[in-house]
Amino acid sequence: MSGSFRRLISGRSTAVLLASLGAGTMATGVLLSENGSLAAEAKKKLYPPSSDFPDLRKHNNCMATALTPAIYAKLRDKLTPNNWTLDQCIQTGVDNPGHPFIKTVGCVAGDEESYEVFAELFDPVIIDRHNGYDPRKMTHPTDLDASKLKHGMFDENYVLSSRVRTGRSIRGLSLPPACSRAERREVERVVVTALAGLKGDLAGRYYSLGDMTEKEQQQLIDDHFLFDKPVSPLLTCAFMARDWPDARGIWHNNNKTFLIWVNEEDHTRVISMEKGGNMKRVFERFCSGLKQVEHLIQERGWEFMWNERLGYILTCPSNLGTGLRAGVHVRLPNLSKDPRFSKILDNLRLQKRGTGGVDTAATGDTFDISNLDRLGKSEVELVQLVVNGVNYLIECEKKLEKGQDIQVPAPLVMFKK
Amino acid sequence: MAAMKNCHNDYKMKFSVDEEFPDLSQHNNHMAKVLNKDIYSKLRGKSTPSGFTVDDVIQTGVDNPGHPFIMTVGCVAGDEESYEVFKELLDPIISDRHGGYKPTDKHKTDLNFENLKGGDDLDPNYVLSSRVRTGRSIKGFTLPPHNSRGERRGIEKLSIEALSSLDGEFKGKYYPLNGMTDAEQEQLIADHFLFDKPVSPLLTCAGMARDWPDARGIWHNDNKTFLVWVNEEDHLRVISMQKGGNMKEVFKRFCVGLQKIEEIFKKHNHGFMWNEHLGYILTCPSNLGTGLRGGVHVKLPKLSTHPKFEEILTRLRLQKRGTGGVDTASVGGVFDISNADRLGSSEVEQVQLVVDGVKLMVEMEKKLEKGESIDGMIPAQK
Repeated sequence: MSGSFRRLISGRSTAVLLASLGAGTMATGVLLSENGSLAAEAKKKLYPPSSDFPDLRKHNNCMATALTPAIYAKLRDKLTPNNWTLDQCIQTGVDNPGHPFIKTVGCVAGDEESYEVFAELFDPVIIDRHNGYDPRKMTHPTDLDASKLKHGMFDENYVLSSRVRTGRSIRGLSLPPACSRAERREVERVVVTALAGLKGDLAGRYYSLGDMTEKEQQQLIDDHFLFDKPVSPLLTCAFMARDWPDARGIWHNNNKTFLIWVNEEDHTRVISMEKGGNMKRVFERFCSGLKQVEHLIQERGWEFMWNERLGYILTCPSNLGTGLRAGVHVRLPNLSKDPRFSKILDNLRLQKRGTGGVDTAATGDTFDISNLDRLGKSEVELVQLVVNGVNYLIECEKKLEKGQDIQVPAPLVMFKK
Repeated sequence: MAAMKNCHNDYKMKFSVDEEFPDLSQHNNHMAKVLNKDIYSKLRGKSTPSGFTVDDVIQTGVDNPGHPFIMTVGCVAGDEESYEVFKELLDPIISDRHGGYKPTDKHKTDLNFENLKGGDDLDPNYVLSSRVRTGRSIKGFTLPPHNSRGERRGIEKLSIEALSSLDGEFKGKYYPLNGMTDAEQEQLIADHFLFDKPVSPLLTCAGMARDWPDARGIWHNDNKTFLVWVNEEDHLRVISMQKGGNMKEVFKRFCVGLQKIEEIFKKHNHGFMWNEHLGYILTCPSNLGTGLRGGVHVKLPKLSTHPKFEEILTRLRLQKRGTGGVDTASVGGVFDISNADRLGSSEVEQVQLVVDGVKLMVEMEKKLEKGESIDGMIPAQK
């Protein structure tokens, strides 16, 4: 554990102690210890875990698959150090039964410790979502050395744009479902201060969602940078839209190739992108930018949430590990009509989305193609997989153009179980 | 501890008031007008016995800045004790919302239908339907913004027991939202009885749609004149209604039915939440007191376009809504006219205002139809 983290922990305990001695809380102390603890004990007897177990019969998400009455009974009354509960983790999954074809995750973390305190639920969810990756038995490799990437320059007759995104959480502060306004503002402060230290091609500017001018807003919309208040019930039921737009904002460099979202679904979302097919350069900027930001926050005693079981810790279990989605917008007019298209993508461990991002349909023949996996392979490995895969798709497209036949590649092995 | 949602509050105390205080600069609701750093500082360390905190109370008001023309309340109670523990915030809001109602005022409850004068002779050529609704909260359970699944199910179970013991004109059936057949659902929609998962962010941001549709349902009598919603925005919403203008009959059924239900809940040691200062305790401070909205659907095509229409309504202590209910527009000159007040006057008094006011407005409409003036009929402020 780093020195700064230790400092944070002891600081937090002292602060709580001091706060509890402060004015106005004496009455509270009495209220909680007399009525509060009596109420809590009485409630436990009156409402055993079985009375609270959610009705998941119509549900199709990873949480509903994993949660049993026994697990619920064990975890219901536990609290993380930030006093976050299991009910709060699973609320989004209870409220959103899911779709017969699309299996959502159905639970979120409120803080770093959620993954540990509620491991009996999160571990099976992680195994389910991440193709058998077992956090109890395996370790996740982190590798942000962009120099290792090979063949990262795509044929620009086909690839229109390249993009790599991930998320990062600031250790010591609660995650978006749980954070108080003060914590969220602290995240904003830590991140914006750090970003102000970026120089050269990464030098840029922060736009607070609440304070931007109409002109700035229009520009950000035109650049496709602006994010909106979440409307998806997957997010709103997980308490992520509270206090909107307080402490939310967008930072981007002057070149508009490096972009950071602050306090949307994660503390930060980091995006490197540019038009054309130079994935190598996009990934180089991605790695370099991330390392510089990390260095800048460390100078002030902060760090990213990370451990070797789960890699980078993010709000949604689906984004654990690298949190990385590397993708391109690519034209595949012939291949996309071929009945083998889906199988080819599956075997290459790629997914297609519409050009509007997740849950959109493709327009015309242009697809968003990106890696399916997040956890169990490193950043370099995943981007290489996308590079190799997209190059293969382009080869197929060219063959079909010439009337030649294509082959479905052998399925890639994820990792040894 | 399933219902103790926010022990997280203790952890938040390490941050200062300034760091936690919400940005209310864009806001126009009662909570935003009242809340300041002083009040917030006094209340942020407190918690009701079930764990509801001031941040829980105000979340919906923080997330919904409001509208320049419509003043929403911007806060909710999580349990009966919220109104006591967070008095410093809720008393001024109650005063603003309920015409200056003071913390020392007493609220009168009168569900004696015999005290209503008239109300059986509203002209059915104009008054298409009559309806009285209220809400009730069941003592010993926390309210919809806060309750756990176990509690909500307990409320449903008790309600079903109470309602299925009713007989005579009140004999009826319960339809749980989760489990009704398609045919039943169609029928309930056709009858305009079915309520849906809340979509209004005023409600969703207050946590009231959690676990939908678990333990939610609709009960109605065989005659379809007495209807109870279970676990929507309040524990119970009780509605008496029928076509035509016989508000007297509607109100009688309302009072009798309510009293029968209350008897049964009391037998189980779970009477209704009530006190002599705030009357019936409900989730939203706007519904304190009687929680009663008594109203009619009435045809007023001429009167509604008269320049003095709004003023007449205000003087009569009435409000208009569209025929789809709150936040809808009127269709074909038909308006939903109901009492504006909830707290500080009794059920009988409020329904009397509706009966007298609507009678007057129908007479005005008839006068306007004949091309006559209504200037002499404009009432004094009630």
